[in-house]
Amino acid sequence: MPISYFLVLSALLFSIGVYGVLARRHAVLVLLSIELMLNAVNINLVAFSALLEKAGLDGQVFALFVIAVAAAEVGVGLAIVILIYRNSQDTDVGELSLMKW
Amino acid sequence: MVVDGFMSGRHDVPLAQELAQPSVNWHALAPELVLAGAACLVLVADLFVPRGAKWVAMPLSAAGIIGTLAAVVSLSGVETTTLGGTFEIDTFALLFKGLFCVIGLIILAISFHYFRAGHPYQGEYYFLMLSSLLGGVVMSSARDLVSLFIAIELISIPAIIMTALRKGDARSNEAALKFFLFSVMSSAVMLYGMSLVYGATGATKLDAIRSSIGRSGDDPIIVLSVFFVVVGFAFKISAVPFHFWAPDTYEGAPSPVAAFLSTASKIGGFVGLLVLMFQAFPDVADNWRPAFAVLAALTMTVGNLIALRQQHIIRLLAYSGIAQSGYVLVAFALIDPSSPQTNRQAFASALIYLAIYAIMDLGAFAAAVAFARRGGTYFISDYSGLWQRSPALAVMLAAFLISLAGAPPMAGAWAKLFVFLAAINAEVYWLAVVMGLNAVIAAFYYLAVVKRMFFEAPEIREPVEVPYLMRAAMGLAALVLFAAFIYPPLISDLADRSIF
Repeated sequence: MPISYFLVLSALLFSIGVYGVLARRHAVLVLLSIELMLNAVNINLVAFSALLEKAGLDGQVFALFVIAVAAAEVGVGLAIVILIYRNSQDTDVGELSLMKW
Repeated sequence: MVVDGFMSGRHDVPLAQELAQPSVNWHALAPELVLAGAACLVLVADLFVPRGAKWVAMPLSAAGIIGTLAAVVSLSGVETTTLGGTFEIDTFALLFKGLFCVIGLIILAISFHYFRAGHPYQGEYYFLMLSSLLGGVVMSSARDLVSLFIAIELISIPAIIMTALRKGDARSNEAALKFFLFSVMSSAVMLYGMSLVYGATGATKLDAIRSSIGRSGDDPIIVLSVFFVVVGFAFKISAVPFHFWAPDTYEGAPSPVAAFLSTASKIGGFVGLLVLMFQAFPDVADNWRPAFAVLAALTMTVGNLIALRQQHIIRLLAYSGIAQSGYVLVAFALIDPSSPQTNRQAFASALIYLAIYAIMDLGAFAAAVAFARRGGTYFISDYSGLWQRSPALAVMLAAFLISLAGAPPMAGAWAKLFVFLAAINAEVYWLAVVMGLNAVIAAFYYLAVVKRMFFEAPEIREPVEVPYLMRAAMGLAALVLFAAFIYPPLISDLADRSIF
C-alpha cells in the first residue's frame, strides 16, 4: 500500500483537529480535537516506520511515547475543565475572559 | 526489518541483549537521578508531615537541587553520550543544567514565604516545581527528537498544574486553561513537524538527521517540517504572534509560578530550539533564516509596544519577557551554513543572553513578589515613593529593571551588546537597527517604574517588610549581574567553552 494514503489521512485528521481547536467553544470538544491532532502524528510515525526502508523502529517507539504523554496531558486538561466547571458552572472556552491585554 | 539506531550505539551487539541490558553511563545521568529522587522524596515526605510543618518540603527541595548542582559539577570536563547517543553530556549541557539549578534555587527562595502564608498545596507545589525543573535538566542533554519531546512535556505539564494551584480562584483557573490549550496545541504542531522530519530523514537522532538532510538538500518536506517544529517551539518561548497565552497565564498564576514560567520554562524551550537549529538543521538555514528574522523583529517590537501601556507589574514583566525572547531570536536569524565563525558568535550571544536574562528576570519577579506580600498589590501606581518606604527594595528593583533595559552598570548591557555585535558581524544590519530602536522603546517603560519609585511621593509611608530569604536571593542576583558587568568574562568564557 503506498505511503501517501496514510499521509493524506493523517493530514486530514490533523486539519480537522486544528479546525476543532479553533472553532469549538466547549472545552471538552477542544480536548478531543487536540487528541485528533496527536493521533495524526501517531499515524504518520507508524506509517513511516513500517513502510520506509531507511526508517527503523524509532517511529513506533516515538508513537508509544506520544500516546503516553497524550494520556497525561488529557488527565491534566480534564482536571482543569472540572475545576472551572466547579467554579463557574460553565465550560465554554469563549467565556473565559477575565484577563485581556 | 532493519533495526538501526534504536537504543543501540553498537551494531555488533544483538538487539535482545541490548534491550535486556542496555549500556547506561549512570554517572552521566547523575544530575537527573538526584533531582528525580529529590522530587519523589518531597512528594512522599509531604504525606507524613503534620499540617503545620508542610514547609519542610522547601529545605528538602533546596537540598535536592544543591545535590543536583553537585552532580553537575562532578561531571565538569566530561564529554560523553549515553542511552544510545540520545543523551549527551558536554559543556553546553552542563552549563544549562547548572543554570536550571540556579533558577530552581532562586525560585525556591521566592516561593517559600508566598506558599507558607496559608497556602494549602505547599508539598505538591515543590514536587511539581522539581519535576518541571527536571524537564529543563533533561532538555539540556537531549539530542534526539523523542527525548526533546519528553523533556519539553516534562517542563510543561507540571507547570500547568502549578498555574492552577489556586483552585478556588477563577483567574488561576482561566490562566491554567489558556496555558494548557496553547501548550498542548503547540506540542501537537511540533510533533507533527517531528514526524515529518522522521519521515524525510528516517532518523530521530539529531546528528543522523543532519547528515541525512545534507544529502536530500532543499526537499520541500524538510522545509515544511522545520516550519511546524519552529511554530511549536515559538509557542513555548512566547514569540509573537504565538504569545497570547503568556501575559494572562503569568497574571493568573501564583506569582512565583509566573517567575518560573518566564525563566525556566522559556529557557527550556530555547535550549530545545538552539539544539535543533544549530545541530540538526543548520545546513538548510537559508530556508528558515528569514522566518526567524521576521519572528525576532516582530517579537521585540510588539512585546515592547504593548508593555508600554501595562499597569500591572506582572503583565509588564510578561511583555518585557516576550520582548527579551525577541533579542534571543535574533541569534537564530544569523545562522549561516558557510560561516562557522558567525554561527559560533550567534550561538555564544544567545547563551550569554539566556543566562543573564534568567538572573535579572528572576530578580525583578522576586522584587514584585516581595512588594505584594503584605499589601497584595501588583499595580505599578502603588510603587510610588518606594525609595522613601524601603530604600533597599527600591534599589534592587531599579537594578533589575535597568539590567532588563540593557543599560549600564548591570550585565544586561553586555547581553544586548553581544547579540547586537553578532548581528553587525553577520552583516544583518536592519535587525541590529530594529534591536537598537527597541532598546530605546524598552527604556521608557522600565525607567518609568524607576522614576515612580524614586521621584514620586508615597501614598502610604510604612516600609515594605522583606523576608531574609528573598533579600538574600535578590542581593545575590544583583551582585552577580553587577560583577558580570564589571568583569564580563565571568559569563562569556563559559559561553565560549560550551559551543558545539
